[in-house]
Amino acid sequence: MISVEHVSFHYPGSSETLHDISLKIDDGEFVAIMGENGAGKTTLVKLFNGLLKPDSGSVLIDNVNSRDRSVAELSRQVGLIFQNPDHQLFAETVGEELRFSLKNFGFEESVIENRVTSLLTALDIEKYVNASPFMLSGGERKRVALASILVWDPKHVVMDEPTIGQDYLQKDRLRNFIIQLISQKKVIIVVTHDTEFVAECNPRVVLMSKGRIIADGPAKSILTDQTMVEEASLVLPQMTQLMRSIPELHAPDDIIDVYAARKFLLQALKARVETRRERR
Amino acid sequence: MSIAKNDFVVLTGVSGCGKTTLCRCLNGLIPNFYAGKLEGDLKINDVDVKGKSTAELATHVGFVFQNPENQLFSLSVERDVAFGLENLGIERELAIERVNWAMEVTGISQLRNKAPYELSGGQQQRAAIAGVLAMRPEIIVLDEPTSFLDPKTADEILKVISRLNREFGLTTLLVEHRLDTVSAYANRVIVMDKGKIVLDGPPEAVYDESARLIGIGLPKVTALFHLLKRDGIPVTINPITVTQASEALRRVSGN
Amino acid sequence: MSLRFVEGFKFTRIDSPIHRMDPRAKFILTLGFFATSLMFTNVYVLLIIFLAQAPLIILAKTWRRWGRSMRGGLFLGGFIFVMNFIFGTSLTLSIAFTLRFFAIMSAFSFFFMTTSADDLGLALDQIHVPYVVSFTFTTAVRLVPTMALDAQTVVDAQRSRGLELDKGNIMKRIRNYIPILIPLIISAIRRSVELAEALESRAFGANENRTSITTLKLHRSDYAAMAATVLGVVAAIYVYFYLPLPNLIIPFKTPHLFE
Repeated sequence: MISVEHVSFHYPGSSETLHDISLKIDDGEFVAIMGENGAGKTTLVKLFNGLLKPDSGSVLIDNVNSRDRSVAELSRQVGLIFQNPDHQLFAETVGEELRFSLKNFGFEESVIENRVTSLLTALDIEKYVNASPFMLSGGERKRVALASILVWDPKHVVMDEPTIGQDYLQKDRLRNFIIQLISQKKVIIVVTHDTEFVAECNPRVVLMSKGRIIADGPAKSILTDQTMVEEASLVLPQMTQLMRSIPELHAPDDIIDVYAARKFLLQALKARVETRRERR
Repeated sequence: MSIAKNDFVVLTGVSGCGKTTLCRCLNGLIPNFYAGKLEGDLKINDVDVKGKSTAELATHVGFVFQNPENQLFSLSVERDVAFGLENLGIERELAIERVNWAMEVTGISQLRNKAPYELSGGQQQRAAIAGVLAMRPEIIVLDEPTSFLDPKTADEILKVISRLNREFGLTTLLVEHRLDTVSAYANRVIVMDKGKIVLDGPPEAVYDESARLIGIGLPKVTALFHLLKRDGIPVTINPITVTQASEALRRVSGN
Repeated sequence: MSLRFVEGFKFTRIDSPIHRMDPRAKFILTLGFFATSLMFTNVYVLLIIFLAQAPLIILAKTWRRWGRSMRGGLFLGGFIFVMNFIFGTSLTLSIAFTLRFFAIMSAFSFFFMTTSADDLGLALDQIHVPYVVSFTFTTAVRLVPTMALDAQTVVDAQRSRGLELDKGNIMKRIRNYIPILIPLIISAIRRSVELAEALESRAFGANENRTSITTLKLHRSDYAAMAATVLGVVAAIYVYFYLPLPNLIIPFKTPHLFE
């Protein structure tokens, strides 16, 4: 559980980056933090593992104040996956890359080997265990970075912009992987501005703009609110735009993904086709 | 493949399909910058360009890269836009004229004295486009130019690029994964897979079921219509925009 | 030695007569202070040279950051003083050397705080330094904040994997920097390749005769500053050779410990 209480923060030399943020994320929740570039999303998640400490207010991770713990201690519970895998890959082999954090956290040798093998298999990169991480493609490096964080099984998993530069298949695979993690009762937090990706996942959405939280609720309510979406420099999901462009069909106001649109249209259109047939 | 004047081509495909490699062949980075074996012919305006340096090709084929940060060199926007012209030895008066024009067309004239790090991502990409535009190429190649931008800013940049294509006749080749918005501006989509071109045509024709099987992410409205077709709804087109889709749905619902 | 020391050499855009000065004139000024500082070991003269920069710093509206960087240099200054004094230099001379350090540091800080790397590049160009040199310099300066941010991100990323940089014996601490250095170097290399691609695409190196849309022009105030500097240096030379000066005398010397 992560609890942010009236937190304000500013980087030295700049004005307030985060202003009076309050947020509570319970166990097992899936949250997308969205907003324009510079809204403060990455700053906020860096508070979750203690990289940044709030100027005022407090951040509680499972009821422990982030000010009372080191980054290493908090990271045991909060795994933060950075946007660019090249900022963390350094080892000679992919296996070593995964072992790194386990050694830092003091895991036992036997446990280390088990964990490394199972993560490599889960992310479909076990064939690269002895390969150099620098020789892999961009997508594969992203998976190695992801594996190297999940390998210590943190309860909270934070991903910073995991979909940038990814093609559709990769995003699909990521989405399925997130579903797997949710079934393991982890807290998943994704920082992103990819509206369509979020629309297909349907998580809770926390919308930020200029250092404040401007909206917080289910994706279906938040992503369909045109004013809010525009303020956060996002765009309405295409399905929402479509439903609004045919008001005569009386679609529900909260359609954001293709399957919901299809379901509605099937019943709406079949009904009309039936009535026309009956009239004849 | 051949690209006609004024075309707006979207080049897409899954990661590793070769689209990045292909566009680097167009401005000479391959083979001049990257080693390897290059076979075949490349002609621009009917002129064989094999053997021409990247610098020579820069006045015909402009290139805008993905990361705005790594294509801005100067400490002021104005000087950055002039950078290419200065390299080419264009004389001062003409260079200033072109710089002013390029900044006006991309909407950044008021930013001329700012430093690149003071700009937002969207403004940086505009500056990069202006810097390329100032060299007056006939063709512009953009490699995923909106990857790092948020959706609203990405839209704005695409509008700038589209305007350059329509109003100034700039032949455009844009590499992109996210096809939802960009397809509306394109008159042609080329899909690559495993180093080969597998589909080529107007978006309405290319975005059928076989495209989905290759693994590219079709615009949501197109994907929706594929599903509806399978469910027996009598839709015949592959819509590219919300407008096309809503018109088609109106027809089907008998309005 | 904190980061404040480095801040005193960073350019910020402020509208001041000094900022508007031609970099070549400013550099002559700085050289003037530098040369005269090296000439003298007289504590009073060095103090004058140091304080003479104050009106320029005030005119440039950068006194606060200048003050902070002077404070940042206290460690090094103190080090110079102590090292000299312990090893047998007289108290007077030790003070003089420390003052000289601050006078020189202040002069160069003044120059870099008020001159943008771009203007510096232009100045180098106009005195016919090869373009490759001035461009390398400007790019290096432009990349410093970018790479500093990269470094911070790498440190953050590795700390988030349990890396603790402040624990362990000296050997362990050094080894702990490998996960920082390698990603930094790789990122720098990748960035360089991207930059190089972009440079090629903007016809870098196409024409030996590179043009420039901006040119630096020397104004009357620039000529006046340069003339004043020359006069000042000439006066200093005269004083050095011909004027006997009282020096600060403190009859104290460390016992001959290290002779």
